[in-house]
Amino acid sequence: MTRADTTVPPGHPLDPSGRTVLSASDVSRALRRIAHEILEHNKGADHLVLLGIPSRGVELAHRLADLVREVEGTEVPVGSLDITMHRDDLRHQPTRAPMHTTIPPGGIDDKVVVLVDDVLYSGRTIRAALDALSDLGRPRAVRLAVLVDRGHRELPIRADHVGKNLPTSHSEKVQVRLAGHDGGEDVVRIAGGDAR
Amino acid sequence: MNRHLLSSADLTRDDVRMLLATASEMHEVQHRDVKKLPTLRGRTVINLFFEDSTRTRSSFEIAGKWMSADTINITGKGSSASKGESLRDTVRTIDAMSVDAIVIRHMASGAAHQVSQWVDASVINAGDGTHEHPTQALLDAYTIEQRLGDLDGARVAIVGDLTHSRVFRSNAITLRTLGAHVTLVAPPTLMPSGIASWAAADGLELTDDLDAVLASGPDAVMMLRVQRERMSGGFFPTAREYTVGFGLTRERLRALSDANPEAVICHPGPMNRGLEISADAADAAQSLVLDQVSAGVAVRMSVLYHLLAGEGAVA
Repeated sequence: MTRADTTVPPGHPLDPSGRTVLSASDVSRALRRIAHEILEHNKGADHLVLLGIPSRGVELAHRLADLVREVEGTEVPVGSLDITMHRDDLRHQPTRAPMHTTIPPGGIDDKVVVLVDDVLYSGRTIRAALDALSDLGRPRAVRLAVLVDRGHRELPIRADHVGKNLPTSHSEKVQVRLAGHDGGEDVVRIAGGDAR
Repeated sequence: MNRHLLSSADLTRDDVRMLLATASEMHEVQHRDVKKLPTLRGRTVINLFFEDSTRTRSSFEIAGKWMSADTINITGKGSSASKGESLRDTVRTIDAMSVDAIVIRHMASGAAHQVSQWVDASVINAGDGTHEHPTQALLDAYTIEQRLGDLDGARVAIVGDLTHSRVFRSNAITLRTLGAHVTLVAPPTLMPSGIASWAAADGLELTDDLDAVLASGPDAVMMLRVQRERMSGGFFPTAREYTVGFGLTRERLRALSDANPEAVICHPGPMNRGLEISADAADAAQSLVLDQVSAGVAVRMSVLYHLLAGEGAVA
């Protein structure tokens, strides 16, 4: 991706290379809806485990857990699932440092695991996550919640809960910034590609 | 990071920090029911050991297997080396089988470096003579940091046979890289020649007074093994005399915990109980000996991962 040469840091509201597609309040509304959907689909919060995929997925998983607590008054276990060691493109990239995997004390056996990630794109991350999950136990069901689905799947994978469907081109880059992770306000932007 | 791991001096502070951070994630895998990652599937790791080893060889083997690499052990005794084949021919033969990594332990200092010039595979030094043992230094640093936190500014004493110790050489380098203060304690006969200039250049302290060092309350005390197999040179009169001057006896253990109750004790193993370390010290709550072994697998997984997994790693 190329970015216009400018002194404004990327992600800054004045960064001319991106346009905002979700504002802070959009993100908050989308997460609230996803939390409701998860509860509705699961008929309550029983057996739920939220597993975020590092790094922003973990932040989102915690936010969803907070929203579930608001709605249902129940504490849903939250963990993180690192997929670095399960990637299928390890040999095509410089070595990445693996991140945290934390499984909540109750484990994931016979639980309904909701994987949480910020952007769903090729589906390869989720493929790796499903592999990583099978080494850790046998959930009753696995669902997928994402803030943004930008299309261009390369594998037969779909999300159960989507904050926003964003049609994009390959040359564009979807940029998610979350207050608890990146500082500043929540925002989702599209940068690069042809002007649209 | 380099393609090979030959010396602790090849690792920058960032390299060490990255290797230790990855090791900490790998340590978590060790506590799972299914200890298997697909990361190095299709890679082949040869453990080529010309000297005896329990923990280093088995932990490299386990590390490779848990990451789905094929690991094969070759020992000097059972190989063509015992028929008189040269090291160069042995490693070139192995390399011709298109292996990805050769983990080598050899009695000659510099063997790993030499081998790295003969082969296409990544070479990992698992101990070369009295020179270096970089993965041991990494796992020692990892183990101490697990207990004490960041080694930056920590005070570590390394005690014993410095002349013959590759563990000491790698440890001194890695500890300095991480910003620790290092004090070397040894009888004058077991101080390597030329150590003074290294110490001066790298800020290592030298002494032969173990009691004074313990009384100063270091954060970690690393006891080195007295290498009986290399002790024919009359370096000290009797084993008893060594223990009196440089063994971590029960009394010294007490002196250490009086001076610093948080202080930890390391030993790379195998221990000569009653010689350089008393049973009380080896089995004390401050002793990290078994933690070191446990960390060995995680640290070696980290090393194999960073050398073999990414782009540009040998195929």
